[in-house]
Amino acid sequence: MSWNLRDGLRDSLVAAAPYGGPIALLREPHRRSPSSRPQLEIYSASGVAIASFPWKSGPVVQLGWTVSDELLCVQEDGSVLIYDLFGSFKRHFSMGQEVVQSQVLEAKVFHSPYGTGVAIVTGSSRFTLATNIDELKLRRLPEVPGLQGKPSCWVVLTQDRQTKVLLSNGPELFILDNTSCTAVCPPGLSPQAGNIVHMSVSFSYKYLALFTDTGHLWTGSSHLQEKLSEVDTKKTTTPKQMIWCRRPKSQQPSVVLMWDRLLLVAGVCSDTVQFPVEDPCVLVGELDGVRIVSSTNQELLQEVPLVCQDIFKIASMAPGALLLEAHREYEKSSQKADEYLREIKEQSMLGEAVRQCVEAAGHEYDTNTQKSLLRAASFGKCFLTDFSPDQFVTTCRELRVLNAVRESSVGLPLTHTQFKQMTLQVLIDRLVYRQFYPLAIEICRYLKIPDYQGVSRVLKHWASCKVQQKDLSDEAIARAVCVKVGDSPGVSYSHIAAKAYECGRTELAIKLLDFEARSGEQVPLLLKMKRSQLALSKAVESGDTDLVYTVVSYLKNEMNRGDFFMTLRNQPVALSLYRQFCKLQEQDTLKDLYNQDDDHQELANYYVTASYREKRLESRLSLLQSAVDEYNKAKNEFAAKATEDEMRLLRFQRKLDDEKGAGLLGLSLQATIEALLALGLHKQAEQLYRDFKVPDKRYWWLKLKSLAEKEEWEELEKFSKSKKSPIGYLAFVEVCIKCNNKYEAKKYVSKVAPEQKVKAHLAVSDLEGAADAAIERRNESEMAAVLSRCSASDRLLIDRLNRARTTATKK
Amino acid sequence: MAHSARRDSPELPDFSLLKRLARDQLIYLLEQLPGKKDLFIEADLMSPLDRIANVSTLKQHEVDKLYKVEYKPVISTSDQLCFLIRPRIQTVKWICDVVNADKAAGKFRRYKLIFTPQKFYACEAVLEEQGIFGDVTTDEWAFYLLPLDDDIISLELPEFFRDNFLAGDQRWVRTAGSTLHLLHSIYGPFSKIYGIGRCSKMAYESWREQVEEGETKARQAEIGNVFLIDRDVDFVTPLCSQVVYEGLVDDIFRIKCGCVEFGPDVTSSDKSMKVMLNSQDKVFNEIRNEHFSNVFGFLSQKARNLQTAYDKRRGMDIKQMKTFVSEELKGLKQEHRLLSLHIGASESIMKKKTKQDFQELLKTEHSLLEGFEIRECISFIEEHINRQVSMIESLRLLCLLSITENGLLPKDYRSLKAQYLQSYGVDHLLTFANLRQLGLLVEQQPGETLTVMESKVGKLVNDKTAGKLTDAFSSLAKKSNFRALSKKLNLVPKSDEEYDLRVPRDMAYIFSGAYIPLSCKLIEQVLERDGWTGLEEVTRLLNGHEFAVTGSTKSDTNDAQRIVLVMFLGGCTFSEISALRFLGRERGYKFIVVTTAITNSSRLIEALLDNHV
Repeated sequence: MSWNLRDGLRDSLVAAAPYGGPIALLREPHRRSPSSRPQLEIYSASGVAIASFPWKSGPVVQLGWTVSDELLCVQEDGSVLIYDLFGSFKRHFSMGQEVVQSQVLEAKVFHSPYGTGVAIVTGSSRFTLATNIDELKLRRLPEVPGLQGKPSCWVVLTQDRQTKVLLSNGPELFILDNTSCTAVCPPGLSPQAGNIVHMSVSFSYKYLALFTDTGHLWTGSSHLQEKLSEVDTKKTTTPKQMIWCRRPKSQQPSVVLMWDRLLLVAGVCSDTVQFPVEDPCVLVGELDGVRIVSSTNQELLQEVPLVCQDIFKIASMAPGALLLEAHREYEKSSQKADEYLREIKEQSMLGEAVRQCVEAAGHEYDTNTQKSLLRAASFGKCFLTDFSPDQFVTTCRELRVLNAVRESSVGLPLTHTQFKQMTLQVLIDRLVYRQFYPLAIEICRYLKIPDYQGVSRVLKHWASCKVQQKDLSDEAIARAVCVKVGDSPGVSYSHIAAKAYECGRTELAIKLLDFEARSGEQVPLLLKMKRSQLALSKAVESGDTDLVYTVVSYLKNEMNRGDFFMTLRNQPVALSLYRQFCKLQEQDTLKDLYNQDDDHQELANYYVTASYREKRLESRLSLLQSAVDEYNKAKNEFAAKATEDEMRLLRFQRKLDDEKGAGLLGLSLQATIEALLALGLHKQAEQLYRDFKVPDKRYWWLKLKSLAEKEEWEELEKFSKSKKSPIGYLAFVEVCIKCNNKYEAKKYVSKVAPEQKVKAHLAVSDLEGAADAAIERRNESEMAAVLSRCSASDRLLIDRLNRARTTATKK
Repeated sequence: MAHSARRDSPELPDFSLLKRLARDQLIYLLEQLPGKKDLFIEADLMSPLDRIANVSTLKQHEVDKLYKVEYKPVISTSDQLCFLIRPRIQTVKWICDVVNADKAAGKFRRYKLIFTPQKFYACEAVLEEQGIFGDVTTDEWAFYLLPLDDDIISLELPEFFRDNFLAGDQRWVRTAGSTLHLLHSIYGPFSKIYGIGRCSKMAYESWREQVEEGETKARQAEIGNVFLIDRDVDFVTPLCSQVVYEGLVDDIFRIKCGCVEFGPDVTSSDKSMKVMLNSQDKVFNEIRNEHFSNVFGFLSQKARNLQTAYDKRRGMDIKQMKTFVSEELKGLKQEHRLLSLHIGASESIMKKKTKQDFQELLKTEHSLLEGFEIRECISFIEEHINRQVSMIESLRLLCLLSITENGLLPKDYRSLKAQYLQSYGVDHLLTFANLRQLGLLVEQQPGETLTVMESKVGKLVNDKTAGKLTDAFSSLAKKSNFRALSKKLNLVPKSDEEYDLRVPRDMAYIFSGAYIPLSCKLIEQVLERDGWTGLEEVTRLLNGHEFAVTGSTKSDTNDAQRIVLVMFLGGCTFSEISALRFLGRERGYKFIVVTTAITNSSRLIEALLDNHV
């Protein structure tokens, strides 16, 4: 251990995290004089000091580490303070109000599939549990009958997706779950064994060990269904620590007990192994063993893996052992190598031998042993065809990584089994928490992890950490971040910027946001930083209207109206978007918007639209008047005039509706005249015709159609003679024909202008007349038109036309 | 019929995949709300939905009753309501009313809103404002593309045109970008992308952004080239009367979502009938691209062929008869049915269109395109207005006149407008304001004023905002420059030669040989030149915003290079599709048309109306 502890581990509260986690040390936690504050120290597993600071808060009952390497300090008053690895305070939570009164007597920090939890027992002998501190939900467990003060010992169990507390009070054993407290009895525990004074549950929560005051150690399943063994340790004092020492698929699970100067290992068989201990130590339960941390060194006590046993057992004839021996001889250039190889091959165990060597290498700590095992494996592999090299290659790679992190400067003494269990992702995370960024990146690259999960993630952490460095200028940090992060996939600049903003460095955040390629990510943060103008222009640049809209609606609520409109004015895209929205949602706002812009044209249009929605004529007219005013302001005389006309028309229609019940209101001028004519109100129609300067042509068409439809033929004739028709007389013919009155139609044929005569004659099916007219005009195409209408019976006519055509062409 | 496809023309990609994707996603969304539920469908989503998932598919996924969104109180008794809607504020407001009414009545239901193709923040804001954000769940159905035919894919977003070009609301740009992204990820990678128009450029950029965010997989490209074009680049083409069969059917009967309803006058029975119009219909497939004057001849020929096929029966022995009945008869019957339908339709079209009026209308249009006898045209339009022939048609002619003539003389502008208002009511003042804003119907500006102003602003500031400012100016001053363009690109063929519509020599045949559609001509030119070089003058006249980008993959000589995806932002007409098909046959390309919606002159004008009815 590279630490230098003055007082060793005596009198300190120690918490060491599993998986080679960090160690926290609080000296003399119970010393309460304010003058000398206890010192809280954080070390890596190899004893490298990471942080140290005086403890200023209340008395601490328990220290513990979370799965993400955060330090939990449970205080007497029930509040739990969370620090990061570097001793900076992160947050705190409380284990309940009532605890402030009753005080925490004991606390335990435990890990389960749901995360890191905290359990406490209070002065009023009640247990409170929080299964996951990241999603804090406190559970107060039911009362334990007859319990005064704290129980003699207790553990937290996670079973069947439930977290329970197992506790002993004198000779009694209880299981405490959410709703009930049940007394239980471990099977096969002899009644004379005495009171249970210490208990321990295995890393996997599957096994339980109980220690009684008569020195009996009972081991069994944590379900309390079966018993493994019962050992008499012949020690009556309560051990300081008791930890399970086993590994996945363990052959010989055992329990390690520690007294002041003795370490005792008790297995399933009633045998025990004893080690003397010189220094006060701390035991750390691991997945596959027990770590023993003392002030000078650190040891791992574990059951020897089966393969290692096979290979290194004295006089072992296991294939792996033979292969190792063969390789050793081969190095010595001895022919014995061949003999060993033959022996393995005869049993056709070479594949197995290679596998054993590779596996054993994984379990070994010493690099030389690793090497010799791997060399042996590689040697053996040469004699095999068709052997997948995958396992060999992965093990080599992983060992390289493990050796690197086991370096005492890094201090993560992980075994291969632990590494497999915690996964590479978590290992990288842990390195990142400890700010070993270069190493983490090296590992990612070495193991060829996709950038997205590997390097990028590390860079993200790095950048988030970098922006917190207070001694560097914004400019320098932004540049540094940009150079390193570049365009790494999956690193979001906005995420980094958000971090910078959290640290109060708004300017830096804005600089960083500039690197963000996706505007969708920039905008929300900019809004959060109240840089709404910038957010708006970024949103507009992005071309994503939804984003623009988000900003606009945010601004709408944040700013006063005038400012808001002014802001929009500078952003035409945002403005048109907002107008669209207003058109559908807030008509009145639209008006204000146009008013602000002095957009008289649009304002006038708005009034016109509004006038349609108005049922009452007066308000409609007043709206139209406003429209006229605005059109005038917009110098759109035409529209102003048209609107005025409309108002006049509306008034006129109203008058007539009142007088005659004509139902004209809202009709167009044309439709009004039409209706008037249909009603026989010729005088009024005439008046409109004059007042509104209706073109003669239109009026004539109207009147012509209307009279014909009503079959007022005399009236029509009179009308035709009132003056020279501006639409000619062919129209009269055609309209009459449309109304199926050939007789009337014929009346007008003579009046038709010469160039349309042929058409007129044809319209009334007067082929002769048409032919005459055509011949008279010597127009070939007209003659052809007539010809096409002739049927075979019109022999004479056809001849005449043909003759006329030939003469016409001759000329 | 007259022209056969080139032997080496490439195969079109299979677009049914798009339908399958959309269906699977919809089913997934429906299953997110387990149990029986009533489904409310936005009216204009009915037909597209029908193409994706029919009623029985919906019923399989526990949809109990189907309703159309009608902005009325709901009468459903189900305790789960699902709304399949476009992201429109109006619809969302209606849903808010429904939910609030239920709340007031103490009724508890579950509501799910499925927005398609995407949801907009504005809609969610309305939910929030109305206090029901927590009561409903919202989802997106990324149903962007509906394949209408082998070579036509529609976004079925007719509002794209008005929102984007008139209201300046660019929210659909991202949708267009996503559409491209979808096509790119399934049928890409594209090797060349060309485009013209502001919206095209933005859609392209939005797509690039999405490509960069996502992962790209190397794949064999099925579509090589892409051409993006804004509708406002060419307003002339959609404003002309269509005379190709499919276009005519659309103009007269209105094809909705690839399906047309023929009335009793066509079916010659007392019922009207819905008919799918696509390449599956063999008769239609052969006449859809034909000038209408050829259609009758073709149909009668077809009828004769059919008769001979039927006549084969005579003199058959029993065995032959058996094979005939089992193999051929069904096909013949089918063909017979289709044939009589299309003959009916053609007759109905003939009745409507061969009248004097239509001939004169076409003559006027052609004169406008050529720029001859403008005075006569104006008086024709005047009479058209005065006689109240058709509200839409009159506006269409006015717009066509304004665009081709680069604006109306102030005197004409006023008098025609006044007459129009007299005919159809003063509320059309707003319509005219819209048309002016789009540059469809404008007064001729006294000379240079605008260009002077533009250059001044341009000199003053030269950054992004100034660019936007000039954009705004140029949109104000949208000069159509049609005459100059027409001369540059030779859009109007010389009229002295006789144009044989049976054997068309260029794309002008779709307008009886009078005009080559500008949009298609641009595509032809750009593909021919592999970019915009040499077209600088043209793009200047079109207000710029052109681009040509070479994609990441090297262009190889496979078939995909001759498959060209043309995306019309703001809609395209059937005539343009016919023209592109013709161009494809001539040059050995295959065109795929992606459009925000199928449009025609009436739809275009209707989208710009602002009268209060």
